[in-house]
Amino acid sequence: MSVKQDHGRFKDIVKGKIKENFKKYITQGEMIGKREKEYVKIPVPQIEIPRFKYGPKDSGGVGQGDGQPGEAVDGDGQGDQKAGDKPGEHELEVDVTFDELADILGEQLGLPNIQPRGFKETPTEKYKVKGMAPVGPDSLRHFKASYKEALKRSIMSNTYDPDDPVIVPIRKDYRYRSVRKMPSPESNAVVIYMMDVSGSMGGEQKEIVRLESFWINTWLKKHYKGLQTRFIIHDAAAREVDEQTFFSTSESGGTLISSAYNLCKQIIDEEYPVSEWNIYPFHFSDGDNWSTDDTRYCMEILKKHILPKSNMFGYGQVESKYGSGQFYKDLEKEFPEDEIMTLSQIANRDAIIQSIKDFLGKGK
Amino acid sequence: MDSLPLELQIERDRIEKIAADYGLDFFKTIFEMVDYDQMSQLAAYGGFPTRYPHWNFGMQYEQLSKGYEYGLSKIYEMVINTDPCYAYLMKGNELVDQKLVMAHVFGHCDFFKNNKWFEPTDRKMMDTMANHATRIRRYMDRYGYDVVENFIDRCLSIENLIDRYSPYVKRATKEERRQEKERVENIRNDRFYMQEYMEGGADVRGIDPAAQEERASQAPNFPIRPERDVLLFLINYAQLENWQQDILSIIRDESYYFSPQGMTKIMNEGWASYWHSKLMTEKIMHDCDIITFADKHAGTMAMSPNGFNPYKVGIELFRDIEERWNKGRFGREWEELDNFEEKNRWDKHVGLGRKKIFEVRRDYNDVTFIDEFLTEDFCVRNKMFVYNFNKRTGQFELDTRNFKAIKQQLLFQLTNHGQPIIDVVNGNHNNRGELLLKHLHEGVDMQPNYMEETLKNVAYIWGRPVNIHTKMDDKESIFRWDGKEFSEEKLEEDKPNDKQ
Repeated sequence: MSVKQDHGRFKDIVKGKIKENFKKYITQGEMIGKREKEYVKIPVPQIEIPRFKYGPKDSGGVGQGDGQPGEAVDGDGQGDQKAGDKPGEHELEVDVTFDELADILGEQLGLPNIQPRGFKETPTEKYKVKGMAPVGPDSLRHFKASYKEALKRSIMSNTYDPDDPVIVPIRKDYRYRSVRKMPSPESNAVVIYMMDVSGSMGGEQKEIVRLESFWINTWLKKHYKGLQTRFIIHDAAAREVDEQTFFSTSESGGTLISSAYNLCKQIIDEEYPVSEWNIYPFHFSDGDNWSTDDTRYCMEILKKHILPKSNMFGYGQVESKYGSGQFYKDLEKEFPEDEIMTLSQIANRDAIIQSIKDFLGKGK
Repeated sequence: MDSLPLELQIERDRIEKIAADYGLDFFKTIFEMVDYDQMSQLAAYGGFPTRYPHWNFGMQYEQLSKGYEYGLSKIYEMVINTDPCYAYLMKGNELVDQKLVMAHVFGHCDFFKNNKWFEPTDRKMMDTMANHATRIRRYMDRYGYDVVENFIDRCLSIENLIDRYSPYVKRATKEERRQEKERVENIRNDRFYMQEYMEGGADVRGIDPAAQEERASQAPNFPIRPERDVLLFLINYAQLENWQQDILSIIRDESYYFSPQGMTKIMNEGWASYWHSKLMTEKIMHDCDIITFADKHAGTMAMSPNGFNPYKVGIELFRDIEERWNKGRFGREWEELDNFEEKNRWDKHVGLGRKKIFEVRRDYNDVTFIDEFLTEDFCVRNKMFVYNFNKRTGQFELDTRNFKAIKQQLLFQLTNHGQPIIDVVNGNHNNRGELLLKHLHEGVDMQPNYMEETLKNVAYIWGRPVNIHTKMDDKESIFRWDGKEFSEEKLEEDKPNDKQ
């Protein structure tokens, strides 16, 4: 029995390496699925072979439980599945916590762990329970471990009587949770998202930015407990907004990228001293800027003010029908092989994964 | 795969004995120990380690193993309907779990062996599957992996188009058919289409159009009666290479093999759960096992708002039947009783319960099971309801707790496995060798995009354009795929469609 070949073949289809015409049957879902409290649902890709079947919305079903007519029913199918038959028809969704999600992400993409920069300045220490010790305060006594020791001793010394299994511990049976001081990189980080919301950025482009920023946040949150996020939108002028507005605003004006960079610089200067904060500015745009003068001005701000203060500066260029993509080339020319400046082009949703790799693959 | 460790071997023998003492009757059952990865693989291949290669199984594996790794689902056991019966246990499960699972397995084995709907299944399927795999591998070597795999993709797209009841129809024996043929041949005057020539009256050239039409209308239909076994029809009449024909018949055989499992899902799981619960609590368990058992059992029986748990409904129905027949709550006198109090007190101590459930497990399938034994009382006690999609709010909503509606919905879901019923009605549609399928519309439309894609696959196999007669948004239509384009022909409401 070897599932390897069939499994590999399935993966190849999902990746689009073979059977291009199967693309339409793949239900990839959204990578973020639903967010419920601290759980995330990741749909596992599935290829549905077409069959004659009933439309899903037309057919109801029979359920069990409390509730009044008219009440919404939700939940996904059955309790613990036992096998003996084929798996269900439903799309498989996996519930994971953000932490697990970050681990999966890191593992899948082979991301290096981030080395926080501001860590020396804000040394924090944490106590962690690690292992057992024969001495310690009573409050940390581990009952089960102590009992086990006592039980072992009494069996070894042949005083254990199964009919009267009384175990009397003596001093040396006791085990204590041992606590160690661990240096903990409890340093702070801020992510400043900037996005071009001029007319040329459409709904799909914003969706890509939304997905990408979600993954960036997830990854950074794993490394920085106190992660803050700030959002700046810009067309010809820039302003700071909340997350909701960030992803839903659409303006029709022109584009002056320098406006956003200026605001970003201002926020950093006023609120986030470099000695205490790890700073991650990200800028998403379709690569159009109004004038070459402004582009030159942008480079200056970046070079003098933003880059020296940032752990990393990410520029993601989302491809759109209208954008020229010039800004990417300009940055590439200005900052070849730069340590801080990280560039990425995102052609479509499928390119998000690669783009995340670009951004987070440096371990900054 | 390993055989059972000694500890489990002892339990196995004990449980087998207990199960047999309760009257369960099963094939020889072989238990194997597998780890979670092997279990996921086995489950992906429907329990058969030697199936033909196809990415579809790789997908099942991906889902099962991911589900396990992320802690979403866990397979405790698998049983295969063969003689001897193979059952797989997961390594590393607690002893109580294994005992529960073994008891559950014996329930399934008893069901496989004794339920009438399983009678025609191939009990040597382990070998048959291996044989299928060998044949398909050989074709892959000869015609290329991609070519064969692509063809299998298309076959799988229509693997559900079988006549689920045909295996139970008793056909005339060969001898009877031979006698019938002889009798017919001796008469030799039934060739109505030859008559006008034989009698000398006809001139083909001068024949008038009306008469021609009349003769066409007399021509026997092909197939004579609508054929529900679409796969069989395609195997017999589609323009296929030999290897393609063989693959299609392999897919069909496997489809028929798995069919009874789909037809008896509620009963089969209910029966196995009934017995694992009974055997565990009455005989098998030690006191210290009870918490773990209760936890696992409850997990299996869990209900969720829009999920229908066959384990739960099945076990409750069997218990209900047992109680009713123990107390004599059946027959005319009971049915006509209106008094709630009296009904509650009713107990004639007839004690027929055990006998009855054994009968039920022998004779029924899910449809007849629900039709006959689902009672209003039962629906209320189990808080059952019907939910529907509300277009206005865009979500599924609890619709009604009306007993009739629940029963109707359940029966609809169970009939033909909850899939549209499709017949071949004409293999020479419009006299152009096109295939005409007909969807027996029962109030629910098919999903259009799936229908189109499937139609393309049928057309590929048939080798000529394919039509399907169905209803969409209350309008009768014939949809047609001619190899290049998709078209729709709307039918007048009152006009008889085709010649059916």
